[in-house]
Amino acid sequence: MTSPTPAPGTVTTPPPPGPPPEATERAPAVPADHVAASIDGVDVVVPKGTLIIRAAEQLGIEIPRFCDHPLLDPVAACRACLVEIEGQPKPQPACAVPVGDGMKVRTAQTSPMARTAQRGVLEFLLINHPLDCPVCDKGGECPLQNQAMSHGPGESRFILPKRTFPKPVALSTQVLLDRERCVSCARCTRFADEIAGDPFISLQQRGGRQIVGISDDTPFNSYFSGNTVQICPVGALTSAAYRFRSRPFDLVSVPTTCEHCASGCALRTDVRRSTVMRRLAWDDPDVNAEWNCDKGRFAFPYLQRDRLDAPLVRGAADGAGAHVAVSWPEATRTAAAALAEAGPRTVVLTGGRLTLEDAYAYAKFARVALGTDSIDFRHRATSAEEADLLRTVVAGCGLGVTYADLDVAPTVLLVGFEPEEESPIVFLRLRAAVRRGGTQVVTVAPFASPGAAKLHARVLGAAPGQEPGVLAALAQPGPDGGADRPDLSAAGSVILLGERAAQVPGLISQAVALAGSTGARLAWVPRRAGERGALEAGALPGLLPWGRPLGDPDARAQVATAWGVDPAALPTEPGLDLAGFLAAVAQDEADAAAHAAAPDAGDGAEAQLPARRVAAVVLAGVEAADAPDPEAFLAALGAVPFVLSLETRTTEVTALADVVLPVGVVTEKSGTFLDWEGRARPFGQVLRESTAITDARALALVARAMGRPLGSIEVADLRAELAGLGRWQGPRPAAAPVAAPVPPAPGPGQAVLATWRHLLDQGRLQAGEEALAGTARPAVARTSPATAAALGLVDGGPVTVAGAHGAVTLPLVVTAMVDDVVWVPGNSAGSRVGVDLRAGAGDVVRLTPAVRSDEPGGAP
Amino acid sequence: MTLTPVLTAHWDEADSHTIGGYRRHGGYEQVARGFELGPDALIQMVKDSGLRGRGGAGFPTGMKWGFVPQGDGKPHYLVVNADESEPGACKDIPLMLANPHALVEGCILTSYAIRANWAFIYVRGEVPHVHRRLRAAVREAYAAGYLGRNIMGSGFDLELVVHAGAGAYICGEETALLDSLEGRRGQPRLKPPFPAVAGLYASPTVVNNVETIANVPYIVRNGAEWLTQWGTEKSPGFKLMSVSGHVRRPGVYEVALGTTMRQLLEYAGGMRHGGEPKFWLPGGSSVPMLTAEHLDLPLTYEDMAAAGTMLGTATPMVFDDTVSVVKAITRWLDFYKHESCGKCTPCREGTGWIAGTLHRFEAGQGTEAELGMLEELCAQIMGRSFCALGDAAATPFPAALTHFRSEWLAATHTPADQAFDPVAATVLAAGATR
Repeated sequence: MTSPTPAPGTVTTPPPPGPPPEATERAPAVPADHVAASIDGVDVVVPKGTLIIRAAEQLGIEIPRFCDHPLLDPVAACRACLVEIEGQPKPQPACAVPVGDGMKVRTAQTSPMARTAQRGVLEFLLINHPLDCPVCDKGGECPLQNQAMSHGPGESRFILPKRTFPKPVALSTQVLLDRERCVSCARCTRFADEIAGDPFISLQQRGGRQIVGISDDTPFNSYFSGNTVQICPVGALTSAAYRFRSRPFDLVSVPTTCEHCASGCALRTDVRRSTVMRRLAWDDPDVNAEWNCDKGRFAFPYLQRDRLDAPLVRGAADGAGAHVAVSWPEATRTAAAALAEAGPRTVVLTGGRLTLEDAYAYAKFARVALGTDSIDFRHRATSAEEADLLRTVVAGCGLGVTYADLDVAPTVLLVGFEPEEESPIVFLRLRAAVRRGGTQVVTVAPFASPGAAKLHARVLGAAPGQEPGVLAALAQPGPDGGADRPDLSAAGSVILLGERAAQVPGLISQAVALAGSTGARLAWVPRRAGERGALEAGALPGLLPWGRPLGDPDARAQVATAWGVDPAALPTEPGLDLAGFLAAVAQDEADAAAHAAAPDAGDGAEAQLPARRVAAVVLAGVEAADAPDPEAFLAALGAVPFVLSLETRTTEVTALADVVLPVGVVTEKSGTFLDWEGRARPFGQVLRESTAITDARALALVARAMGRPLGSIEVADLRAELAGLGRWQGPRPAAAPVAAPVPPAPGPGQAVLATWRHLLDQGRLQAGEEALAGTARPAVARTSPATAAALGLVDGGPVTVAGAHGAVTLPLVVTAMVDDVVWVPGNSAGSRVGVDLRAGAGDVVRLTPAVRSDEPGGAP
Repeated sequence: MTLTPVLTAHWDEADSHTIGGYRRHGGYEQVARGFELGPDALIQMVKDSGLRGRGGAGFPTGMKWGFVPQGDGKPHYLVVNADESEPGACKDIPLMLANPHALVEGCILTSYAIRANWAFIYVRGEVPHVHRRLRAAVREAYAAGYLGRNIMGSGFDLELVVHAGAGAYICGEETALLDSLEGRRGQPRLKPPFPAVAGLYASPTVVNNVETIANVPYIVRNGAEWLTQWGTEKSPGFKLMSVSGHVRRPGVYEVALGTTMRQLLEYAGGMRHGGEPKFWLPGGSSVPMLTAEHLDLPLTYEDMAAAGTMLGTATPMVFDDTVSVVKAITRWLDFYKHESCGKCTPCREGTGWIAGTLHRFEAGQGTEAELGMLEELCAQIMGRSFCALGDAAATPFPAALTHFRSEWLAATHTPADQAFDPVAATVLAAGATR
């Protein structure tokens, strides 16, 4: 299951048979900080500190192991890896003893002592094991099964009754434990403690009754709990999602990339008969090591739920009425006719989940088929300031700050970014760096979130709106001479800017300035997997692929050449972004209302209704609830004369669409995600027999029906075209810094709203995974003790958070945090900020103690 | 050789456990002497005395102290292992009951020597009376100014904490003890790093047995040479030996190392029915058993090792011929199975397998093939387990098979309780003297 990463080292092959050459002749040159030793008579030179078991791996010498894991601290508990070391009377654990200079190690291959020790341990491990392999999920891919066969004695002499336990125990709704299978290797507990920082499971009891367990009131609700199932060397830990679902030898495995966030995890997707059965973290040392989060592992039932299977158009001839299923040619013709008429007055909103290739197809479709630059991938709270940042220092800059840079960064400043919730692998890498001792994490946030606490992060407290001031103070020498300030000028320091930074005017400008003044490197970490790719594809107004400025004639010429179109045909003026789209539709509506209300001039000449600014909108995988104001967004869609939606299933958006084209999900196509680093994460088609249409192909069909063919359709061709274009090398426009306004000042009974999303919440792609949802963090509201006291709120009691358009009521957790702020989760059950409040971070909300409905009379 | 009352000299006085009783015989006078000598001289003195650890392993005490890095800027700790749990061992507990201030004074001197400002006595939780006595002694020492800040104007600070364990044999293993003291589940730690480098709270720590530390004030009072008047070159000094089993006067005898078991039996009044023991164990259940033919061997670390056993805690258990070897070994293995911490495979699984198989022999249901299997299982644990608990569990059976093979063969058909009247081994038996 685990594929260890060999440490760098050199291996010399054994000498050929015959008289050994003179020792002086073959003394290998040992580099500094390396040691020379031999294992089973084979010379090996490895860096100092390399464990015997790792050195043996380099030589291809197999040593059985259960507790050993290359990414966990050694524990030497299972004793399966015992080897003989010359001069030592007792066999030693290869997983815990570093290779010493001149050490002569003999494994079971050549040492009777090691062989009997290993066989003895394997015999012991099996005596109480149920040997229920035929019904065990691990059967067929089980290290215990495999190593018992390869290194064990084969037959057991054990005739006593085996240890049994009632089964299974639910460590959480997702992770189940069959105690009798456990070999007490402590991989799971060490992972939870060391890697995730969630020590909710531990070994309990002692001796033969020792078992993994949780404390009664604290289930194993870790965002990373699924990794323990994967690294369990036996079938003791299983997931509710996969338990008893299939056998490993019935599965077809495909290497894939996770589509849930911009971390870019390598995954393995296992399929049986066209159905995804499970997903595992796959090994990529540069990115996710061997881990992933539970969302990436378990949130895939959506792939097969509520799928659209045919194009839809409005039934009646006037384009009104209910959807009816039609053929692809009819649907594309209908869409093409409407879009040809709307032309440049069309807006394309692509959402954040497209692959690089599909996003590129939209970017090209907008410019070539529609003749518009109105395309925006950002379906969330955004700003022109953010677009400026993306155009000037992110797009077309290639691989910037990397995970490896985080490993060694002396200081990492988090701005508008909660890694554990918003990019879990960034969290794990930062946690590993902090644990190694060289990295200090500093976060600008209203309070120390659980993730920040696990990073031992220093919190620079800031209410929404105050963050620019905090960053400005960091850039200025303080009254203490700055001795106490985090040192971003130390070489290698990094500022990680989350997508939520766009919600605070002036924050991005201040972060860029801070990076400039300290020399810290800046990286932008979006939440969604498709955002970086869409940016590079040019799905943003004013931006052509790989950072090419729309306003630059050379850039336009390069793109026109690649696309085989006349440069003059490309739009030259920046189009509408999401905010511009909403404003334009509002203006159109105002015009129409004014026109309808205008009194007849009496001269018989009816006043001319001005042409609509937005005549059509093309939507790709856009979820209404993700808009800053979902209600306003849906109203705007209702007002646009023609809506084309490319979707995988029915949503509130497809309900408003005039034409719906069903497109494939990630398993039905190949593609590429760019992670937050800018690293390409290509993946292949999992369901090879799928006939689903990709977004790119659907757009190509519409474009052809419009008489403006796009050329490339296939993923491979789109990739080649993108690669051929290459990154923009020309001049870039400078960003105009935005001054931060005065932070909001809440009045009596009010607070400033702070919010971000939990990793596990009401997100659409998590639908249908109840066991996963059971491990989500509960929705609570947080205020400081002073704020709670001032407003008469009690810890644990219900509090109502009310905006101008709605309210949510949540239990209050009084938290050490900045005053006059209330934090609620963004999209959790009972707290969907956009939908329920129609408000966002930085808005002023009212706080009142809620009356429980089960308390008649409303006694507080 | 005669009895050597040093630690036990005044146990018969009613107030031997109080600070008054201790001071009456020169107690706490060594603190000032130690401060005069200085830490390095103290360490050297203990090195010169040849004092070896009294907890069972017999590691040279001064050498252990010398391993603590000096001037490393980290806090240092002294931890006294008072978790006496070895089956058969009962010498630290009487010592702490009757002479706790020798331990407290030893803690002061040792802490001063290793530059520790915090010391802990980890006492097993099942002996609340001892826990109370220790706490009272520590309270008295604080009141008298021997503990706390700036002890006797020396500038040396020492806080001494008495901590009760929760009754796990594994917590007598020094690294498991440290984990337990830190508030974790008691399981042994991976070594290296050794406690002298990274022990309690990852800081340099000396872990010593109660009796070892209690020796220190007497060495400081009388000098390093004084200790070497007893014992042998490799095993100098005197030792508390608790004799238990079928002897007329079981109890703690303080004798010179090198005393033979035959002499010790004389002190203990001989076997209850006269004659010689059927088998005996020099140092608790974790050392291989010996028989009557070994009674004249000197009880030293080196002579016991030469005889294929260990001095261990030097707490002999003596059994007469009313005892079934099969049954005795089975009880011990039940103990190790119960106390195995579960961390490593050989001990966790092996102790249960061996104990279960031994129960078959006790019931007269074993087979000759299983005798060979048991020997192999013990060999599969010995030297393969994570800590010495597994080794201890693998120890009793092989020696018992060597010395009493016919009894094991009989256990393939006759239950132990038929071969040996269970009542005859107890004090209920006719003619029993206790």
